[in-house]
Amino acid sequence: METARFILSRFLQSVFALVCIIAITFFLARLAPGGPFLDEKAVPEHLLEKMQEKYGFDRPLIVQFGIYLGNLVQGDLGPSFGNKGYSVNEIIAQGFPVSLMLGVVGLGIALAIGIPIGVFAAARKNTATDYILMTIAMIGICLPTFVIAPLLGEWLAIHLGWFDVAFWEGSSAWVLGSLTLGLYYSAYIARLTRGSMLDVLNQDFIRTARSKGVSPLKILFKHAFRGGITPVVAYLGPALAGLLGGSFVVETVFGLPGLGQHFIKAATNRDYWLINGTVTVFAVLIILMNFVVDVVQAWLDPRTKSKG
Amino acid sequence: MISPRPRKIDPSLAQPCFVSVPTLFDRRLNPVSFALVGSGDGARKGAKAQRHYSSCSAALRLCVILSSAIIAFSQTSCRKERKVDIATREKILLLGNGDEPKALDPHLVSSVGDSNILRATLEGLTTFHPADDTKHEPGVAERWEPNEDFTEWKFFLRKNAKWSNGDPVTAHDFVYSYNRILHPEMAAPYASMLYFLKNGEAFNKGEIEDFAEVGVKAENDYLLVCTLERPTPFLPDVVKHTTWLPVHQPTIEKFGTMTEAFTDWQKPGNHVSNGAFQLTEWRINAHVKVRRNPHYWDAKNVKPNGINFYPIPNSFTEEKAFRNGLLHYTYIIPSNLISHYRDDNDPSLRSETYAGVYFYRCNTKEKPMDNVDFRRALAYAINQETIVKYVKMGGEQPAYGYTPPSEVGYKPPNVIEHDPQKAREFLKKAGYESGKDVPEFTVLFNTTEEHKSIAVAIQDMWKKTLGIEKVKIENQEWKVFQQTLFDMKYDVGRAGWIGDYGDPTTFLGMWQTDDSNNYTGWSNADFDRLLKESSYAKSTKDRYRILGEAEAILLDEVPILPIYWYTRVYLISPDVKNWNPLLLDNHPYKHIDLVPSGQTGKETE
Repeated sequence: METARFILSRFLQSVFALVCIIAITFFLARLAPGGPFLDEKAVPEHLLEKMQEKYGFDRPLIVQFGIYLGNLVQGDLGPSFGNKGYSVNEIIAQGFPVSLMLGVVGLGIALAIGIPIGVFAAARKNTATDYILMTIAMIGICLPTFVIAPLLGEWLAIHLGWFDVAFWEGSSAWVLGSLTLGLYYSAYIARLTRGSMLDVLNQDFIRTARSKGVSPLKILFKHAFRGGITPVVAYLGPALAGLLGGSFVVETVFGLPGLGQHFIKAATNRDYWLINGTVTVFAVLIILMNFVVDVVQAWLDPRTKSKG
Repeated sequence: MISPRPRKIDPSLAQPCFVSVPTLFDRRLNPVSFALVGSGDGARKGAKAQRHYSSCSAALRLCVILSSAIIAFSQTSCRKERKVDIATREKILLLGNGDEPKALDPHLVSSVGDSNILRATLEGLTTFHPADDTKHEPGVAERWEPNEDFTEWKFFLRKNAKWSNGDPVTAHDFVYSYNRILHPEMAAPYASMLYFLKNGEAFNKGEIEDFAEVGVKAENDYLLVCTLERPTPFLPDVVKHTTWLPVHQPTIEKFGTMTEAFTDWQKPGNHVSNGAFQLTEWRINAHVKVRRNPHYWDAKNVKPNGINFYPIPNSFTEEKAFRNGLLHYTYIIPSNLISHYRDDNDPSLRSETYAGVYFYRCNTKEKPMDNVDFRRALAYAINQETIVKYVKMGGEQPAYGYTPPSEVGYKPPNVIEHDPQKAREFLKKAGYESGKDVPEFTVLFNTTEEHKSIAVAIQDMWKKTLGIEKVKIENQEWKVFQQTLFDMKYDVGRAGWIGDYGDPTTFLGMWQTDDSNNYTGWSNADFDRLLKESSYAKSTKDRYRILGEAEAILLDEVPILPIYWYTRVYLISPDVKNWNPLLLDNHPYKHIDLVPSGQTGKETE
């Protein structure tokens, strides 16, 4: 019963946050100077008025917001001004799977690299190995993706010819995209794993196991690993949301048709409905991930509920 | 690799193109083996840990073996045929095309990239010659003739022109299309290109309700008559423009009304076109593909089987894609890579004159820019040569006038040139004893590094030559910048202009009083009069003379400060044949051939 109430209250909070985000985005986008019809070659005044009228931009902003919300509830995100002929729904339907694939594979790479490094560093705590691995991880965190991505492209694609350096269809460039994202997040995961593994390795039951003569490998993987990995699992949700939303750079460098490019381009084009649409998608994603993590944590650890 | 030897692209990436296996081991695996040694140091502390170490080192050894296998594999895999080689064999042209197209509807687009695609799918009355800007190739019209004073043009349409669904292309299609783009409800952003037609502007502005009053008629299925607002001897140039391309009425109306902008007609499968190619695929931010149109009247002379257009907004990515063998042609090349290609004498680098001008607008309605002598002082103090040579570095031409000179016709009067002495004289004439007395003003540009470095250079020139100290430079995000210019809330603003058709009026027309692209508040009755007069000139030579006089007025009063004339710099594969320098850069794709040059693939060793 208490769990149900907790979930319900978390759910309502999430919905409230989402509505706020949608409203703020709508009004902020409309307050920005310029507009979707402004172009380098001037559009005559009378045509500008016609276009404003055609898309209802001449009505009071609050009325427009009402209409937008009404359409949104019916699942209609409106047309795009930057990609004429495509609706925001179509654009998201095309772009989101690309971002999802980049993100999920990237997350897989991040875990595959980050966890072993973290565990290994924890096992060799305060040795040269540990310092070197953690220094590399620190460098990985500090190196922005717009540095890693072109370097990977230059080296793995052009010099070695393992991958294509750009494009989507029939191209392997997306692997480089996932790899860039994966390497970046693997550094975080390595540090996170190391920290939590050390916590677990210092606990009494490990000492008991050691004194019983259990082999270090067995201690590491059978006894400590499960506990040590829990914070990483909790981090997966936000990490995936971050990977999906943060793929703009990778998409630009490797010419991939994901949602990240639309996210940025919509803002510079004043493509109002696309701005709102992409922000809504990412907001839903982040809120959903946090909601799931909250619920899972509450289920794992009843103490969270009273705090929540 | 096109280059016969490894090329340095960036000092930080200065490695040979193909790393041999041992070098790769050194580079790639040393960190790992180093870690191994490190762990060994720690491991000496205990026997248990020593056991652990050896198991780990075994795992690492396995990794080394695996990666060497992958590397060995990669050494063979990079000898495989590149994508461009396959495409050349299949005669599919792979082109970089700048930004994602905003639309594939000729009545909605305004950007160069969009027109590049539409030029493949749609054919106008006349089309571009593959090598000569001044010549017109017949398109849907077999031949055309003006009346005596160039106010009426007859276009005789070929009877074998067909849409991609087999329907015949008739004069009625053109009338329908011109009605659509000029219709006020269509709100086409570039409708003004059809103001050449009699009453075109009035109809577009809603002053005339009946399209029958507009100067375009289908006398019969194959005779189109255009009656013009004023004499226009260069109309065959104008009708090549994207806005004059026809659309297929039944297709437009299958997916909406005539004036509806956001319909599905322009999507693959729905798109019916009359050009050499038809649209087969369009994926946003990924590619647009067009393939041979079997119904095209001249299908047997169309060389390529298809074209893939790739939108690549990032020029570094595009250059990489070219080196990686994914593209036949890049839309642009990052300016800081040009010198590397130049130093290598790389034959894939091309640099050509382009009908475009980079300049600054002055707001002539506000102090201090309202003073003509002050503007002259600023203009003479700019050293265009320095900017082109040391700042822009893309092989551009310093602009001594506004309209870019074309090889075979109009040359702008030589008025603007760097002259510090004159500049200082004009400053005095403007009423300033020294540059220190000049009130503060701002140079505004949209946010890019390139515009910034030019603005900084000019700021410095004004300071050094005229002693003006209070010049601010300010950048604004693109749309904000446009709005600021539009609202005339600026002093000096960056601008660029690309010609729409092969005639100086495409550059000079915008400086007429109250033209929607003027934005400077500048107005000169003589200039307006000369421009009107030029329409009635007896010969082209005479017309150019009158336009030259008009441009001399513009350059004398300098509401604009010309900086440089554009150059197109790009990379193109030696496989691409018949891609000739064109002033407007509008290449007719049907003449472009793909022949394996034999230069490819052999440098992989």
